[in-house]
Amino acid sequence: MHPALLGLVTIFMGVGGCIGYFWLSNVVLDKFIYPPSGPKAGRNINRANLVRPWLFLFPALFALCLYLAYPVIETIRLSLTERVTQPDGSTTYDFVGLANYAQMMGEPKFWEAMRNNMLWLIVVPALSTAFGLLAAQLTDRIRWGSIAKSLIFMPMAISFVGAAVIWKLVYDARPPGTEQIGIMNAIYVTLSGNEPQQWLTVPFWNSFMLMAVLIWIQTGFAMVILSAALRGIPEETIEAAIVDGANPFQIFFKIKVPQIMGTIVVVWTTITIVVLKVFDIVFAMTNGQWETQVLANYMYDKLFRANDWGVGSASAMVIMLLVTPILIWNVYNARKEMK
Amino acid sequence: MDNIAGTKSSLTWAVHLSVVALVALWLFPTVGLLVSSFRTSDQIATSGWWKAMFPSEQNLTLRANAPETQNEVDGLYVIEGNLFEEGKDAVISVWGISSREIDSFTAGDTAELRRGGTVTVQADGSYRMQNPVPFEGNRGARIFVTATTPPEFTLDNYRTVLISGDATDNLSKAFFNTLTVTIPATVIPILIAAFAAYALAWMDFPGRALLIAFVVALLVVPLQLALIPLLRLHLGIGIGKGYIGVWLAHTGFGLPLAIYLLRNYMVGLPRDIIENARVDGATEFQIFTKIILPLSFPALASFAIFQFLWTWNDLLVSLVFLIDATGETTVMTKQIVELLGTRGGNWEILATSAFVSISVPLLVFFAMQKYLVRGLLAGSVK
Repeated sequence: MHPALLGLVTIFMGVGGCIGYFWLSNVVLDKFIYPPSGPKAGRNINRANLVRPWLFLFPALFALCLYLAYPVIETIRLSLTERVTQPDGSTTYDFVGLANYAQMMGEPKFWEAMRNNMLWLIVVPALSTAFGLLAAQLTDRIRWGSIAKSLIFMPMAISFVGAAVIWKLVYDARPPGTEQIGIMNAIYVTLSGNEPQQWLTVPFWNSFMLMAVLIWIQTGFAMVILSAALRGIPEETIEAAIVDGANPFQIFFKIKVPQIMGTIVVVWTTITIVVLKVFDIVFAMTNGQWETQVLANYMYDKLFRANDWGVGSASAMVIMLLVTPILIWNVYNARKEMK
Repeated sequence: MDNIAGTKSSLTWAVHLSVVALVALWLFPTVGLLVSSFRTSDQIATSGWWKAMFPSEQNLTLRANAPETQNEVDGLYVIEGNLFEEGKDAVISVWGISSREIDSFTAGDTAELRRGGTVTVQADGSYRMQNPVPFEGNRGARIFVTATTPPEFTLDNYRTVLISGDATDNLSKAFFNTLTVTIPATVIPILIAAFAAYALAWMDFPGRALLIAFVVALLVVPLQLALIPLLRLHLGIGIGKGYIGVWLAHTGFGLPLAIYLLRNYMVGLPRDIIENARVDGATEFQIFTKIILPLSFPALASFAIFQFLWTWNDLLVSLVFLIDATGETTVMTKQIVELLGTRGGNWEILATSAFVSISVPLLVFFAMQKYLVRGLLAGSVK
């Protein structure tokens, strides 16, 4: 079948199936299992209302468990096993304890990825939040601020791969003596007079070149959230500060920032999670060469290039482990809010 | 806000300038890509895109007409013509006949050809080669010129990428594949999530708080963990790699955010409406379809935009669950990554492909920005 047709059929069946399921299951519940009539009407209504939430929840819960909860468990299991091809051609998974983790720890590439990931974790959320805060504060004060905001926000819509192409053009290097077509080298050569640099191949610094791409994308997100928070600050606090003779910088750092600290933390953690999962940028721009490896790309390498599911799963668990504190923090906050 | 006290801040100008600088910095890279997509490969390779608006000086290697076009005039064999294509307003300053000395002659000079005869090149590109004996060979003589050409933009790249290009250049199939992945993957999770969100927001049952916590927790689970177990599952139950698999995967991965966003929104709907409907004898199903769904439109739109952008821009999920060895089902992001690898130097194709792939999300972004912002504000865990 032609994919587009298959797509249409899928939409139709998906939507129709969903509505049909919800409608039918409700009808069955109300008309046949616990009809709200007869001698037990009252009890039946109560029972139906106990069951109904689960009817509404079932498809979502099923999908969540299958596509997100089960893989966590399964990945833990796979990270403790090794795939062995038996002489008769079948594959078995032998329990090997922590051998995969040990093997991973022994690889310099893993530590390179860890080191880079830590750098990313410090630099990207910090700079994105800082730029976002700056942009939010500045654009809130001018008349064309909303246009400026939407232009800074725009990279959010661009794919990591698209962004990789965009920034590869920025970092492009031509042989010395010829005209530079990458803006970065054009500026660098003109200002310093040195030879043009292959920015993406200079170890250590090239990681920052990749980080710039993510900062460029995430700043808009930080700006939008922080700008809303800044607007929510009660004006009296600022008026009072002005009356007391505070200058704009004092107002910003001593009055505004402390009041939106909670939002800053949210933005910071959200970007942290994006950073932990960053894959496309590194995959498309350097593929981990020249010491730019990160965990997500390391994992992809192990899973699909080296075909080593054990170590691949182990490195996925490392990512999961790094996410866990934020996960717990989020759950804690969500529960606090509901009470 | 600093104007509250009645004094205009002296920093206003600094603010305007800094915002201009920020916006320029953020816009510049994308503009570079856009401008490059309208330039020929020669132009891209010889000058920065920021010079595209101005006349540029380029070194070009051009060819005179082949010897078979020569005429005999007054006992001399002559080849005449113009080095440039018709309608090009280039001005030649210096030129040469050897790749080592490309600037030996100025416009209007006459040079001795190595294989006999002379050639004269004028500033406008017209040339005249003459020789007492016939010119030989199959190809025209090479002439190296340094010319100033006016700014010039072309749609050829788009033609190549969208219509005429060969398998590696042509993006139209990948474009439709991406669309095929995106639309069902956006539509299906919305409904499933909406029902669940309604239950979590307005139905009372034991374990509700726990389930909400569960959803919040799944929000941050890296989808990297899901790759291998789910690929095994798909292969095991016979879906294999293909559209069904990628739709299911996107649905699963999109659900936590969808449920979370929609629940947060639905909780804020006025209680009276729902209670009144219940008192009037509406079933939960009716309340949901007739009241909740229409009222939740903004939240549904926000999530739809998120999911659309995310599935359109995705590379990893497609790589793992969709694209098989035949490459028939490749998506745009994958094709661009391949172009980056094989044709790192072909900036005209690369820039155009990238721009085609980001143009749709950009359109959606600018058209629906209001909903996107609203969704972001509701979706970030408070």
